Amino acid sequence: MSKGANDEQAPSFKREMLATLPSLRAFAVSLTGKHDKADDLVQDTVMKAWAKQSSFEMGTNIKAWLFTILRNEFYSQMRKRGREIQDSDGAFTERLSVHPAQYGAMDMQDFKNALSQLPDDQREAIILIGASGFSYEDSAAICECAVGTMKSRVSRARIRLQEILQVGGQADYGPDAVSTQVTTTTLSLGNR
Amino acid sequence: MMIKDSVVGDQRTRIGEGQTDDGLGPNSDIGARLRALYGAVQDEGVPDQLLDLLEKLDSAEKTQRGKDEAYDE
Repeated sequence: MSKGANDEQAPSFKREMLATLPSLRAFAVSLTGKHDKADDLVQDTVMKAWAKQSSFEMGTNIKAWLFTILRNEFYSQMRKRGREIQDSDGAFTERLSVHPAQYGAMDMQDFKNALSQLPDDQREAIILIGASGFSYEDSAAICECAVGTMKSRVSRARIRLQEILQVGGQADYGPDAVSTQVTTTTLSLGNR
Repeated sequence: MMIKDSVVGDQRTRIGEGQTDDGLGPNSDIGARLRALYGAVQDEGVPDQLLDLLEKLDSAEKTQRGKDEAYDE
């Protein structure tokens, strides 16, 4: 009995999908800001991906492929339903059921607030690069932009977060940090 | 003035990995917090409804494939 291509592919497609789900879900939470909406989004993504699995080449980056589908699905739903899908308060705004052990609850709340103040494109860029573990090339492909654009979004996001949190980074504050301040004066930062 | 290939290669690899030249590496406070936040959601595990969905999709496909093979014979 010869094994068909489907017999070889389907089980590992499912397995690889399973392995990617935790990270995919974390990205969905960062986009929607809500766990329930994130789970709906991941569910829609899984169904879409399953339906078009023939267009996926086994051995290529399934994680990047799934993230691309999820992101496209998110923005197409946003366009259909308007901004109401996102409660405008940004990423990770819900109380986490588990707090990262090495940071206090207040500390992470400050960080979540800072993250939510970033423009959408900068937030997704810094999450894909800094947390999801994608290369600039993969991140740029996922967001359908140039690698240089991705680099500048990440850089602006990091500088902005450092400003908001008033923490030092590895990089020096360059002229870019000064030139970006003009557009951000309307943000209400906690008075310290 | 000569730049050895190996040096250039090394640099390219490091930049290609993307984690060392963007201020989000292991020594970066911002990077560490991003990963802690993201990791906390990842560690919650995958909800049962999602796992069920994958199982259903998989078994539906297997059933369909079984039918196809029956027709082939």
